Amino acid sequence: MIPDFGYGVLVLTFFMALYSAIAGIYASINKSQKLAESARRAMLLTFPLLSISSLSLIYLLVNNHFEVAFVYEVTSRTMPTYLKVTSWWGGQAGSLLFWSWLLSAFTSAVSIRKWDRDREFLPWVMVVCGITLAFFLSLAVFFENPFVKYWQTMSGEIVESVFRVKDAILFTPQDGRGLNPLLRHPGMVIHPPMLYLGFVSFVIPYAFAMAALITGRSDDRWIRLTRRWTLWAWLFLSFGLVLGGRWAYDVLGWGGYWGWDPVEIAAFMPWLTGTAFLHSVMIQEKRGMLKQWNMILVILTYDLVIFGTFLTRSGVLSSVHSFAQSAIGPMFFGFIVITFLSSTALLIWRWPQLRAETEMKSMLSREALFLFNNLLFMSILVVCFWGVIFPLISELFVGEKITVGPPFYERATAPLFASLLFLMAIAPLSAWGHSTLQTLGRASWKSAIVALLITVAIFFTFTQSVPALIGFFLIAFALSITLHEFWRATLARVHAQNENFATAFFTLISRNRRRYGGYIIHISMALMAIGIIGIEGFQYETQGTLASGESLNIADYTVTYRELASWDDAPNGVNYTRAVVDVSENGVYLGTLHPRIDYYFDAEQNMTIPGLRPSLRDDLYILLVDWQPVSSMGATFKIYVNPLMNWLWLGSLLFFVGITVAAWPDKDPEAQSARVRGKVYHSSSAD
Amino acid sequence: MKKYLSLVLFLFVFVSLFTSVAFAQETTPTDNQVNAIAKQLFCPVCQNTPLDVCPTEACRQWRELIRQMLSEGKTEAEILQYFEDQYGPRVRQEPPRAGFSWLAYIIPLLVIAAGVFFLFRALKGWTKAPVAESASGGVRNDVSKKVSAQDDYVVRLEDELKKRK
Amino acid sequence: MTEENIVPKRGVALWTQITIFAFLVGLLALVGIGLQRAQKPMAEFNQPVPDFDIFYYEGYEYNNTPKMKLSDFQGKVVLVNIWASWCKPCEQEAPELQEAWQFYKEGGQVVFVGVDYVDTPIGAKQYLTKFNITFPNAPDLQSSISSILNRNMGVPESYVIDRQGILRSVKIGPFASVNEIKAFVDAWLE
Repeated sequence: MIPDFGYGVLVLTFFMALYSAIAGIYASINKSQKLAESARRAMLLTFPLLSISSLSLIYLLVNNHFEVAFVYEVTSRTMPTYLKVTSWWGGQAGSLLFWSWLLSAFTSAVSIRKWDRDREFLPWVMVVCGITLAFFLSLAVFFENPFVKYWQTMSGEIVESVFRVKDAILFTPQDGRGLNPLLRHPGMVIHPPMLYLGFVSFVIPYAFAMAALITGRSDDRWIRLTRRWTLWAWLFLSFGLVLGGRWAYDVLGWGGYWGWDPVEIAAFMPWLTGTAFLHSVMIQEKRGMLKQWNMILVILTYDLVIFGTFLTRSGVLSSVHSFAQSAIGPMFFGFIVITFLSSTALLIWRWPQLRAETEMKSMLSREALFLFNNLLFMSILVVCFWGVIFPLISELFVGEKITVGPPFYERATAPLFASLLFLMAIAPLSAWGHSTLQTLGRASWKSAIVALLITVAIFFTFTQSVPALIGFFLIAFALSITLHEFWRATLARVHAQNENFATAFFTLISRNRRRYGGYIIHISMALMAIGIIGIEGFQYETQGTLASGESLNIADYTVTYRELASWDDAPNGVNYTRAVVDVSENGVYLGTLHPRIDYYFDAEQNMTIPGLRPSLRDDLYILLVDWQPVSSMGATFKIYVNPLMNWLWLGSLLFFVGITVAAWPDKDPEAQSARVRGKVYHSSSAD
Repeated sequence: MKKYLSLVLFLFVFVSLFTSVAFAQETTPTDNQVNAIAKQLFCPVCQNTPLDVCPTEACRQWRELIRQMLSEGKTEAEILQYFEDQYGPRVRQEPPRAGFSWLAYIIPLLVIAAGVFFLFRALKGWTKAPVAESASGGVRNDVSKKVSAQDDYVVRLEDELKKRK
Repeated sequence: MTEENIVPKRGVALWTQITIFAFLVGLLALVGIGLQRAQKPMAEFNQPVPDFDIFYYEGYEYNNTPKMKLSDFQGKVVLVNIWASWCKPCEQEAPELQEAWQFYKEGGQVVFVGVDYVDTPIGAKQYLTKFNITFPNAPDLQSSISSILNRNMGVPESYVIDRQGILRSVKIGPFASVNEIKAFVDAWLE
């Protein structure tokens, strides 16, 4: 009963989204306020409807309804309830429903906002949101239905169908297959929702951009309306990426956090265009330039979001070994083609109206630096995109999938990332409109000397590697300039307002959240770069087989193998093999670590969980690779020392602080943006 | 100078002799030697997992194969080549810089170069325009006025700092 | 000045539009075709199998010929069994396959070809010896055979190719019994 109900609601929502899109088009053509309002209300309804449908699925998941194919595939009786709930996005069909549900939350939220001042946008925003939502729902309704049940026919055959098959009875397996063990880690439980949130929230800026294109409003209204959406989208996407990295570090057992896997890159690509977009919209807001470019970026971001979802969902790129042959691949591809080409056509149509309002005055002005920044982000995107599709292309032309791995990406992107660091350093110093080498030089030479001194210190104490020294110099340069900016502005405030230092510092930030939020993000990026240089450039490793009591040395660490135990955890269907190793540094005992291997019976899969001793200087990361039978008690360990790794995680924490500062809602956003708008109009009318 | 050179030569010969002797002795290669090579390869059956960390039974066999080949005195390049011949170019982490795989390196470079070209051309066009306009009258002044008006935050900040001095 | 700049509303030149769209469509088509090929098996059922080379393992040749093509088997029914020494389910069917081979060997109408999917030579030899396998076996060099028969592959998988070289049927996963193998092959024997 419940599956039928859930499916019915799902179908209803599909038609609701479709209706919203069609009504939006009609409303706009016939200039009908009523129809537009109707489209809006239909869109508002999609969220509660999908919530009901999702609740039905959760009910089925939690209550072991294995007659439902999806429930059978992702849960088993032994799983704890919270994992049964999160299995919702643990499989194809459920995660499509989950995606749609999140999207409907955003589209409904956007429908609620006051539309008085932007009536002309409303129908077209509904159209874009409606089409996107209807597309994802159609996948769930027609191709990957989470409510499909098992039926046993007279001949004993098991078939999958939503409705009763003629002469068949419902078939309920005894137990489900259980969630993929890799997905049982807490990091993996929240990583997909964060990523999806980031993905879906980018739909909103795109919808407004398209509305602006169609209605022909060439001002930056759509950007102002969606600024906060974009920032939150960026926050979620970044959070999702970092969580994914942490998850990989903790459970994948390859000593790293990022493997340049096509699926990772798929999530990284919209982040790149989104980041470029965040920067270049500022030029449009301040200077009325780059309108065309911003449109290109938002279209790219949207289609990369769809492309990323497609890659992560369909497994089409992954490897020769995946059994998943899904019908949704061509659907996704068709949708990308349609949206991409139609958006491009719209943009070309409106191209002349989107010419810049002002001129670029200097190659070193802030807007020019923003352009270089965009160029770098796009270059990284080109490398990533090409790397991801290269196996497909090579197969097409030479009949062989040639994969490009981490060394390729690292080599290609390292100089680009370094240039980004440099831009990040000097950007705060350049002014809108005009800067010269002289002004930049005058503002930055002190910081450059500080950075140079730090680099020299690093040269004598840590490394002589030239690329790393360049990297550390750029980081130090960026940090000292940005921190100096904070320092200067706070001092100015202390002086002018007679505030004490702390008050001045906090009011400074809260009065100019966007600027200083951005600077905080820049500092966090520099910190993350420290970690990345550390692990990419200086990770070292050793492997050895030890008998009980023997030791392995790596750097100043000594790892001594004590014992090993293996036991079954029957209720959870896992076998644990856990080693006990003592860690000491230069003879001083530091602690005991427990690297282990978890073997999941239902999935016949191993998980290698490292023993980890983190510190700000380096992480000691011990993997249990292999072990001999209990009698001989030998075991093989692989030990990594990951220098500076924790700076990456520290940086990402600060990063969230920065975005939150920048994205925190103003008390009265409408009033404020109206004020700014007034000013823009004023200044342009003065010309 | 000459003496110095011959010393280097001698050292070189000595070192190479020494290492080849080490190989001939057929000591079992260490895990680290094996991993150094396995690191450059993908597990031929899993999804994008480097061979040195892949926990499956198949990968264990492949690592043993590398160890065996090392103890037979095969060089790193030979072993990598063997794996490529056996399992195809997709096992290499970095595609060889030859033949079709060249495109993997060249195309992004070309696209980026094109991007740089277009950006600079556009920038040049933009930065030239005001100079041409300045002759025709007050337009330029207006632009700079607008610019400074929009950068008022920075201006205010600079003023505060100046006052302090 | 805003007005001034926007007034000359010349559209984008036609040839530029055409170039942009041609480029985008080309790029999308490239990705699309690539994706499609990645999803689809090369050999279609009831269609001739594209020819491929077979380099046998030493001691596991067919008629003592070290190198052959699939087309050399024209006129015989061929069972291609894809396996690997690291594959546990393959071990289940190995004895049955060998027994079935003993049954067909004398008739000369049926050929079994084991194709060893990404494997080490050492592991393969051990496996073949362990199960006393005598039918022809060859490594799947560069996955060339498995990628022709099926792109989305797992092991074991078995394919039957009829006397005319047409792909007829596939068995995914291990055979449960000798009878199942016989039924699989006999259907195409006459």
